[in-house]
Amino acid sequence: MTRTSVMVAVALIGLGGSAFANDANYGRNMASACSSCHGTNGKSVGGMEALNGYSKDKMVKAVQDFRSGAKPATVMHQLGKGYTDAQIEAIATFYAAQK
Amino acid sequence: MTINRREFLKVSAAGAAAVGVGSLAGCTGTKGSGNVVIIGGGYGGATAAKYIRMWSEGGINVTLIERNTNFVSCPMSNLVLAGERKIEEITVSYDGLRKHGVRVIQGEVTAIDPDKRTVKLATGDAIAYDRLVVSPGIDFMFDSVPGLTAELSETKIFHAWKAGPQTIGLRKQLESMRDGGTYALCIPKAPFRCPPGPYERASVIAHYLKTHKPKSKVLVLDANDDIQSKKGLFMAAWKDLYSGIIEYRPKHEISSLDAGSMTVKFEFGDAVKADVLNIVPAQTAGMIAHKAGLVNVNKRWCGVDWRSTQSQVNDTIHVLGDATQSAPGMPKSGHMTTQHAKIAAAAIVNLMSGQQLPEPMHIANTCYSYVDNKQAVHVAAVYAYDTEKKTYIGVKGASGVSTARNEIEGKYAWAWAKNVWADALL
Repeated sequence: MTRTSVMVAVALIGLGGSAFANDANYGRNMASACSSCHGTNGKSVGGMEALNGYSKDKMVKAVQDFRSGAKPATVMHQLGKGYTDAQIEAIATFYAAQK
Repeated sequence: MTINRREFLKVSAAGAAAVGVGSLAGCTGTKGSGNVVIIGGGYGGATAAKYIRMWSEGGINVTLIERNTNFVSCPMSNLVLAGERKIEEITVSYDGLRKHGVRVIQGEVTAIDPDKRTVKLATGDAIAYDRLVVSPGIDFMFDSVPGLTAELSETKIFHAWKAGPQTIGLRKQLESMRDGGTYALCIPKAPFRCPPGPYERASVIAHYLKTHKPKSKVLVLDANDDIQSKKGLFMAAWKDLYSGIIEYRPKHEISSLDAGSMTVKFEFGDAVKADVLNIVPAQTAGMIAHKAGLVNVNKRWCGVDWRSTQSQVNDTIHVLGDATQSAPGMPKSGHMTTQHAKIAAAAIVNLMSGQQLPEPMHIANTCYSYVDNKQAVHVAAVYAYDTEKKTYIGVKGASGVSTARNEIEGKYAWAWAKNVWADALL
């Protein structure tokens, strides 16, 4: 095992085995897909919910509720199903840190 | 004249100072360094330019070369045809990108030299790059319609499949058409840019005619076997709202056009004479991609590595948007193109700072179509990179369309446009 792969393996174990633990920009990159509608770094210019500074727990819960149908939606009940809980958490962590 | 690195740095340093960008452009930035040149300032090129500047924290110099003065959006341009929006409302200046430190050059790229890593402009200037992004959109295969020429398509038989003068030209024809006239829309075989676009166009033009010239007809002459996107929703709208106005004829591939008598003939079916003839020809990757040898799929599209959008032909060149051979089920849409641009930006910043490619991100498509002046329908989907298949695949269960047309989505459609333009250009 090379030194790099040992480091990666350690990182993976340390972060609960998620596949993206070795990419510091994973949350930022994943969240950028949402920005096309919700604005750069979540700063909506209007008509779509702003996601910058959104509480992480609130966002995770919102997407879960979209997926289950508990929260009515036009597109988010469909898009929400494209992400695992861990991926939503990575996205929510990024947006929570945006001002 | 070749604009060399030193001269380039003078320009970009001045730009940086003017807008108070923290890091001095040209010095090694926080993340990444070097020169990126982007050909094409549409959804893909503009988004890539902004995100490379943002994610490299000003470290990477970006030059964007675009032939038009302003960005004019294809999405929402059908509303201009229908008289619901003005062309100015779907036009965005490149000044926003300049504020991000992007050097925007209005010009035409005539050649790419991948060995010297330069692009040549029509003026004779050459610009050097470390990485090149080619986001040229589509060009038209006029010879796919016998009788049609590039000149005719600019003067009499508009395609309006690129927004701008084409949109204005077709709008004028619709405005001057007599009540009781026929507007005919000819759709090429898939794949083409914006799969639901023709059906949205038929719908909103039918709305205009129903309101202003109610004796008129909309003839939809589709080379395909069926409606290519949101079929049930369009069919319901046509039945409920435009009965007696829209007539849809599938399997109508043009065999010839007589521009003098405004008549199209088909391989099967009756010839059609129209007052306004809107022929959308078959499409291929923008011509500069052909010239640069980047077209390697079916002689029409550019194959890329979807982890980075690097060309399969040359890994210092990234290709984005409608010019690419789409992953299965991925439509050629403006929204998808912004997602390609973000894959590219993340990869470029990593590669230009000596890092490995990023973990593949998910990408999403949200595409709204209006069916009248207020109501819209959507299709949405999430795609994940499949490491075995080496392409993006739709995530199972994570896609769908509207249950029915509605005004809420009509409002969201316009909000989508304002946000996606801001994300790309402001």
